[in-house]
Amino acid sequence: MDRFTWSNGLLEMNETLVIQQRGVKLYDGEDKECCIAIPLSQIIYFEEQAAGIGKSAKIVVHLHASPANKEPGPYQQSKFSYFKLSFKEHGQIEFFRRLTEELSQKRWESTPMSQPIPTATNSQTGRTRAVGIVGIERKIEERRKETEKNISEAFEDLSKLMVKAKEMVELSRSIANKIKDKQGDITEDETIRFKSYLLSMGIANPVTRETHGSGTHYHLQLAKQLGDILLAPLEERGGMMALTEVYCLVNRARGMELLSPEDLVNACKMFESLKQPLRSVCVCVIEESAELFLFDFLLLEAVTDKGSLTAEEFAKLLGLSVLLSKERLLLAEKMGHLCRDDSVEGLRFYPNLFNSQA
Amino acid sequence: MSFEWPWQYNFPPFFTLQPNVDTRQKQLAAWCSLALSYCRHHKLYTLDIMEVQESPVFNHKNIDRKLSTEAILIVFEELRKKGNLEWLDKNKTQCLVMWRRPEEWGKLIYQWVSRSAMVNSCNTFPPEFHGLEEWMLIRSLQALQTDGKAEVITMDDGKGVKFF
Repeated sequence: MDRFTWSNGLLEMNETLVIQQRGVKLYDGEDKECCIAIPLSQIIYFEEQAAGIGKSAKIVVHLHASPANKEPGPYQQSKFSYFKLSFKEHGQIEFFRRLTEELSQKRWESTPMSQPIPTATNSQTGRTRAVGIVGIERKIEERRKETEKNISEAFEDLSKLMVKAKEMVELSRSIANKIKDKQGDITEDETIRFKSYLLSMGIANPVTRETHGSGTHYHLQLAKQLGDILLAPLEERGGMMALTEVYCLVNRARGMELLSPEDLVNACKMFESLKQPLRSVCVCVIEESAELFLFDFLLLEAVTDKGSLTAEEFAKLLGLSVLLSKERLLLAEKMGHLCRDDSVEGLRFYPNLFNSQA
Repeated sequence: MSFEWPWQYNFPPFFTLQPNVDTRQKQLAAWCSLALSYCRHHKLYTLDIMEVQESPVFNHKNIDRKLSTEAILIVFEELRKKGNLEWLDKNKTQCLVMWRRPEEWGKLIYQWVSRSAMVNSCNTFPPEFHGLEEWMLIRSLQALQTDGKAEVITMDDGKGVKFF
């Protein structure tokens, strides 16, 4: 700690006593040493070091580099640029507070004997409880640091994403070039990587274009899942939903591992081939209008089989409540799959031949 | 030749006004077509609502189904919109049924007139004009007039028509 100069312990002309504390041990960096003077202007910042078992509380003071015109001190050189004050008999809190005050006021700057070295404009303060304006200022500073930390963390993720994106761009560029130059084959590895990138972005795989009709095992599984998710919303909306609405609903429900529009459409097309109705009601897609329709397979089968059904008959047939049975009949009528015959004999439902027959 | 009923006639739901809009449209279209073809077959030009309810068209005794008055009025309204029906009174108890619209008649008349003019022989009305009631004829001629193909002239002893 070579920043100190010898002193006689008396106040100079432009100096005032701020605080005096007994039992403060001075460490040169980590070395435990004795007292000397140091101008406050040399302090960049300082911080608290809490007391521990067998260790007293300390204030660590970080300093600027030694000025060229510094008077000789006990040490000419030191490998540390900070020193510690060890408070053997406490008093560090008050000392800390006064030190903070002095460093923010910087009274030495307004006196004629102020040091030519520029002082730190942003003395960082420790994190302790403080009263008064200084405390408020400190809190503001803390908040600012916190915000900065959060922003830089957030950007860390973004920069990771940018790195990934860069990789992808380079890969796609290299593939594009290879295709253009017809230079050598695209390696298996590159193809796989490329496909996985595309899939993760939800883009259908252009290399192996699977036919829409056949579908994949994945889409079949998806279809079963969707059938469950979509049942209630479909019924709520009178049995019909635009595919765009389905897409939003499904992805909102999933939260992560979102479905691409393509996956959704392919899964929906699977519904038609799922002859086995899910929970007795199934959905099917009408391609032209891109809508999802509720299609009560079981009901329609029953009605076609019997020619016509009343709510009671249908209920008895499937072991349902009459209320539920009526609901399903009405829903199917709404969907245009059934039509009604209302007479003194009661309300009967027939398959909608108006639609199916010319 | 006996009248041929369409398949809907034997379909009980045909006699219930369908709540589903799309289904109803198809149902009404079928009813309009049935009503008009029945009238054409039996050469009916005027209908009375009370009577028509009991006619076999709207009352199918075999399957014990009949179309309600409300539904009949809806069917007639459709016919009116298409230009095939005209109410004779404000209370909608009687109407004229034009299973061939005046414009269509006018065209037929004009064709016949042109043909007979060329042939220059004694003209008798061909079978299709049999039973054409006067009011219908007049309307048809009026339609032609609008088209600029004829002119109805009032003469001392009645009306005449000039064809262009």
